[in-house]
Formats: sequence, C-alpha cells, structure tokens
Amino acid sequence: MYKYDPIDQQIVNERVAQYRDQTRRYLAGELTDEEFRPLRLQNGLYIQRHAPMLRIAVPYGLLSSKQLRKLADITKKYDRGYGHFSTRQNLQLNWPKLEDTPDILAELATVEMHAIQTSGNCIRNITTDQFAGIAPDEIIDPRAIAEIMRQWSTFHPEFALLPRKFKIAVSGTEKDRAIVQAHDIGLEFYKDAQGQMAIKVWVGGGLGRTPILGTVIREHLEWQHVLSYCEAIIRVYNIHGRRDNIYKARIKILVKALGIEEFNRQVEEEWAHLKDGPLTITQNELDRVAKYFEPMPYKTLPAHDAAFDAAVASNPAFAAWVKRCVHAHRVPGYRAVTLSLKPHGKAPGDITSEQMHVVADLADAYSFGELRSSHEQNLILADVQLSDLFAVWEKARAAGLATPNIGLLTDIICCPGGDFCSLANAKSIPIAEAIQMQFDNLDYLYEIGDLELNISGCMNACGHHHVGHIGILGVDKDGSEWYQVTIGGKQGNDASIGTVIGPSFSAEEMPGVVKRLIEVYVRERQDEERFIDTVRRLGVAPFKAHVYAEKETA
Amino acid sequence: MSQLIQLAANGQASIVADEWTRVVPPAPAEESVRKQAGKVVLFKLTGEPTFSAEQIANTHIPATGKILVPLTIWQARKAELQPRLAAGELGIVLATHETAEALQAEFADINSLPIIAIFVERFADGRIFTLGAWLRTRFGYKNELRAIGDVLRDQLFFHKRAGFNSFLIRADRSAEDALASLNDFSQPYQGGVADVPVWRRVNRA
Ligand code: HEM
Ligand code: SF4
Repeated sequence: MYKYDPIDQQIVNERVAQYRDQTRRYLAGELTDEEFRPLRLQNGLYIQRHAPMLRIAVPYGLLSSKQLRKLADITKKYDRGYGHFSTRQNLQLNWPKLEDTPDILAELATVEMHAIQTSGNCIRNITTDQFAGIAPDEIIDPRAIAEIMRQWSTFHPEFALLPRKFKIAVSGTEKDRAIVQAHDIGLEFYKDAQGQMAIKVWVGGGLGRTPILGTVIREHLEWQHVLSYCEAIIRVYNIHGRRDNIYKARIKILVKALGIEEFNRQVEEEWAHLKDGPLTITQNELDRVAKYFEPMPYKTLPAHDAAFDAAVASNPAFAAWVKRCVHAHRVPGYRAVTLSLKPHGKAPGDITSEQMHVVADLADAYSFGELRSSHEQNLILADVQLSDLFAVWEKARAAGLATPNIGLLTDIICCPGGDFCSLANAKSIPIAEAIQMQFDNLDYLYEIGDLELNISGCMNACGHHHVGHIGILGVDKDGSEWYQVTIGGKQGNDASIGTVIGPSFSAEEMPGVVKRLIEVYVRERQDEERFIDTVRRLGVAPFKAHVYAEKETA
Repeated sequence: MSQLIQLAANGQASIVADEWTRVVPPAPAEESVRKQAGKVVLFKLTGEPTFSAEQIANTHIPATGKILVPLTIWQARKAELQPRLAAGELGIVLATHETAEALQAEFADINSLPIIAIFVERFADGRIFTLGAWLRTRFGYKNELRAIGDVLRDQLFFHKRAGFNSFLIRADRSAEDALASLNDFSQPYQGGVADVPVWRRVNRA
C-alpha cells in the first residue's frame, strides 16, 4: 500500500498541530461553536448523542496490520474498546473525549493515518472496491489514481467549504462494487480501444433525502486529465450549487436543475481553461505512486490444494465458510477472505480492540500484513494462500470473525442509528440484531441466497437503504419510531433505487415483515433467481399483498 | 490597531494600515427573513440581486480618498465614480454570489482596478476561493486581491493559495494571531494559484 514520504508525513503532522491549536482556542472560548464546527468536522469530529464521534480515514479502504494495531490501542485507550466500520470504509469511534482528539490524531499520525476530510463540506475520503488489485474481473487497478486524487483533494484551497459534502468513488472492475452511481462523482476505469487507461465519469449521484443515481457526463476521459476534469466539475458546483437550502445543496440537485447538457456545457467551458495545465498527471507521477500498489510477492502455486479440498469435503462448517467468505483471486492458489463483522445479534460493523489485534496478526501471518475494509462494513484479507485457509478459518472463528454469512440476509449494512447518531429518527442497530436473530438458521439463509438488506436510521441514508434489495428506513411518527420498507434497490452496474411497499411498521413487526417478504420470494422464485431478480420480475405488488394481508389478519 | 494583513511580493506577511474606505449601502428599510423548509436562508444564490435600487440611491459615497465600492453601486453610479477610477482611488467589492464575468463586463481591463475585494458574508461560503482563483488565472488580475467580511484565521491559508494577497481580519479577532496561520502547511499537495502540484515542484522519487 501507499507509504508516506517526508512530505506526506509533514502534512499530517502539521494538521495535528493546527487542529490542536484550534481545539485549544475552542476550549478557551476563542472560537464559537459555529466557527469550530467546520474545523472539527474536517478533522472527522462530530458532536453526537452521547459524546463526540471521531471518523478516522481509511483511504480507499486499505489498512496495514500496524495501523490496525494502532487503532486497537487507540480504541482501548481513548474509547470503550471497540470501533465501528462505516459504509464509507472508515472507522468510527463512538466515545472519544473532545479534549483527547488532538492526541488521538497525533497517535494516528505515527502510523500514517489521520481523520482529514472524513466529514464537512469538502471532498471526502475516496472509496473503492475492497477487491481492488486482486479481483479476477479487474480491468484497471484504480488505487494509484485514487491515491493521487487523495492527495489532490487534501486541503484543496478552493474546495474546503463547498455547498455540501462531496464524495468520489473509483472502480476498475467489470462488476462495479464501489457504487459509482451513488456518488457525487463516480469514476469507472476501463481500457479504451487503443488499450489505454480511460475513465467513464458519472456525476450527480447520491442517496440521502433525494436519492438519485448518477448520469454519465463523459464516456471517455484520458486518465491524465482526471484532476483537471474533476476540478472543473467541482468549480461549477462550488459557484452554482445551492447554499440557501441544505437539502438541495448536493451536486445532484444542481445537475437535475440545469439538466445534464447544460451542466456538461458549463463543465466543458471551465475545463477548457484547465485541460493540459499543471494538473495534468504525468506518467512519472503515476509510476511513482503505482509502485506502491504493485502485486504482492506471490508464490507460484498450483491452482488446487489437496489438503484444502479434503477439508472442504470433510468439514461442513468450513465448507460453509469457504462458500460465503472466500472469494476468487486473480493469482492461482490465492483467495481473498472476508472476515464477517456481522455475527448474529451484534451491531453490524463493530469490532473490538481484541479482534483488531487478531485481525492484524492474521494479516501478518497470512496476507502480507495488509487488509481492507468494505463498504458492506466487513474486513478483508486479500491475499491468502489456499493452503492457509483452514488455519485462517480456525483463528477467525475463535475470535468471532467467521460467521459464514457474507452476501446473505444477515450481512446487514446498518448505520449507527438512534443509539449513537443525533440525527436519527429511529434506532437501527436493534432492528438489525432482531432480524439476524430471526434468521439464525444458516441452512435457511443459504437457501434464501444472495440478498442485501440495508438499514438507515433516517433519511440521510448512511446505511444505503435505497440501494438494498430490502431497505429499511427509520421514520418518526408522532414522536415514536417506525420503519418504512423498500424493495428492489440494488448497487452495482445495474443499480436501482428501491420502491416503498407501503405504510411503515413498528420495531417489533420488522423481523416478521422481512420473514414475509422472504416467504413471497421463496414461493415465487424461478430456478436460481435471486431475491432482487424476483422483485424486478414481479414488481412490488405480491410482496406488498402478503406483508399487509398478514398484518390485517394478525 | 489595523486588522489588515498584506502579503509582500516575496510572500512576507505583515500588518499594515488600511488606506481604503469601504462604501456600504444602508440596510434595507425592512428585510424579510428568507426561509426555505422552515430554516432561515443564510446564503444568497449566485446571480441573486445584491442591493435594491433604493439602497443604491441612498448610499453615501465619500467625496475624497480611496474607496472600495460594491460592484452594483459602480454599475448604477458609474458617471459619478469614473473620475475616482481614473485617479486610482477606486476599488471594487464583489460579493460571493456575484460573478467574475459581471466584473469583467464592467472593466475592459480589470487591471485598471488597483484593488478588488471579495466580501464574504459568512466564512462558510467557499465561493470566495473559486472567485479568487478565477480572477488570478482566467482573468489575469495582478493587483491587490483582498478578502473582507467574515474573514477568520482558519481560512487564511486557503485564501492565500486561492490568490488573495491581503486579508481584512474580522474586527473582533487578532490580526497578530492570524499571521501565524498563513504558514500552517509548508508543502501543499495540489497546485494553488501561484504554485504547481507537488509532483511538479519536488522530486519525490
Ligand atoms: C453518527 C454520525 C453520523 C452523522 C451525523 C451522519 C450524517 C449524515 C448526513 C447529514 C448525511 C446526509 C447527506 C446528504 O444527503 O446530503 C449522511 C449521509 C451518508 N452517510 Fe452519514 N452520518 C453519520 C454516520 C455515518 C455512518 C456510520 C456511515 C456508514 C456506516 C455513514 C455514511 C453515510 C453515507 C454512505 C451517506 C450517503 C448519502 C449520500 O451519499 O448521499 N454515515 N450522513
Ligand atoms: S442514516 Fe441517519 S441515523 Fe443513520 S447514521 Fe446516518 S444520519 Fe445517523
């Protein structure tokens, strides 16, 4: 992964010093709440329900074992011994003290980490596919460009106070796993007819109150121009984005209001002044950064391992884990492993300090000391030898990290909701836990197959409920907590926004509602059809009928 | 004590006396609170009118000395102000929701202005940065570019890199303290108005 040079390190150190002084001035009463707000937000610090919340950046989801150990120690020393991986691949601490945050950032800086621009109205941490660099369907490894973009966007002098937050995702695979269409800018890397790296640019996607999938603004952008082109887009947005109404401030609203043609015209006009200027990325710089993302020192291994095959054949629990948590790898003899942060009945995405140490040890022993976080809120060991899988499984299982539910109904994406978030209309973690307990039978889960269930505690959609096959949204009705259900949402190349099935439900009803949705699916599905495909084929009606019919007779 | 920080050509920052008097239109007779979705609207949209005809007509312009005049007032009272411009005594104030094009439309050579100030009503309005960058790069403006209004030390580093070379710190804050913030970072990553991206500046291999 990328290694800091003295310049990177100095920037992070200087940031700690700057923020330390800002915090001091705030605590001394020299900065008002309103003035301190954007400053702390751009250092990842929210003021939340119980305490501040600190969001630590994990650029495009890559972590070293050393970094994870540091995170473990930080959560132990400054928090309550656990952290929460977010849908933007970052790690959140729920209980830090405001006074401690400069020290936390200083500790992070010792392992090349920070919390820069993890919130606030600036360009946020750039996200990508957790299998970048190893996915068999990868066309271009986008990490080097993602790193160049991370640097370009860090303290960008023009874009520190945009109308609203700004999210960029990159993807270089046939199958999009970065949800480029749900981002302010989505960059889809591919090889053009000349075999050169090129980028398809999506703009104006986003979830939240007004979920909109992005539109392609440019089919073919030469990679050298990605910074100048993004700069042109964001300039147009900075000047013309709506600042008068926070709910209409995202770029998606501007693109819709102007229409993509007019927006595109303005971007082109702006880009004409920037193209071929100093922002043009040189081959040298790309090569320099790409060096850090070169393939790992893989061994030459046979495609099969007899001991592994035997273990799969003789051990059903191991076989189940391999089926769900082990993924294809472009190098023969290697696999990627997802460590599930979704054990049944626990908050999705949570990980304890002890577990972090276990994962760091696993990464060191079996995966070149590196790991990744996914937007589904799990951790990934990307480079495990086939022959090591059994040992990895045993150790992960002992630490509670081997629930074989990846991609299944209980691999729930879930925001912190009312337990932690002050914006919440309803709790989301207990709903996730109740659903996980309802579907605690693994055989039944396998029979249901691939299904994505996403939960958000409010309209802000941190849990991506709009793009879940089943989406659950917490709503407030006369001061009590209710849940609205959508079905038919999907992430990926054929992304879609789910449809609301009808009036909302109480918390107690939710596991039953999901159960009835599944009943309709199991009854109606054809052949190997996934839940999402059945919904797409049949529409909402049969699901709605069954869910609400039961409700009336109950 | 002056609140004005100025950058010399060599980048050296110092606190200097402010020679310019800002011309400010009177507050409107009654300003209705603008609301959207139940919330008070804090920012004007790009292209919204800045002052009413009445405000413009009632604005007092000092008869002598160097004056900083809002673009709208210049547009409406050009004849009266032209001699001041010729004498080098007139600078323009652009609001963050006004456009650089509107300014250029008024002055065939924007370098005939010894100073352009951009007024930011609320520090959280980041349009000031793009406007600054545009004036310096696309419009080739070379003279003093000043940030005024809700200008706080924590934004100065960005102002500077977006092309501003003077900063009028908000009256209730220390300009002395603010000086330090101009050097919060020693080696920024991306290019600014006056520098190129780090990989063109430094050999990082
Ligand atoms: C607990 C503190 C949190 C607060 C106060 C918060 C706040 C917000 C707000 C205000 C939005 C709406 C943005 C808009 O539509 O303009 C939003 C969206 C979002 N947040 Fe959070 N959030 C929090 C935690 C999280 C967590 C834990 C995650 C990941 C699990 C997350 C990921 C996201 C994502 C992916 C969106 C998507 C919306 C989009 O792209 O349009 N946030 N959040
Ligand atoms: S969806 Fe709402 S409740 Fe959940 S974390 Fe985001 S802002 Fe908080």
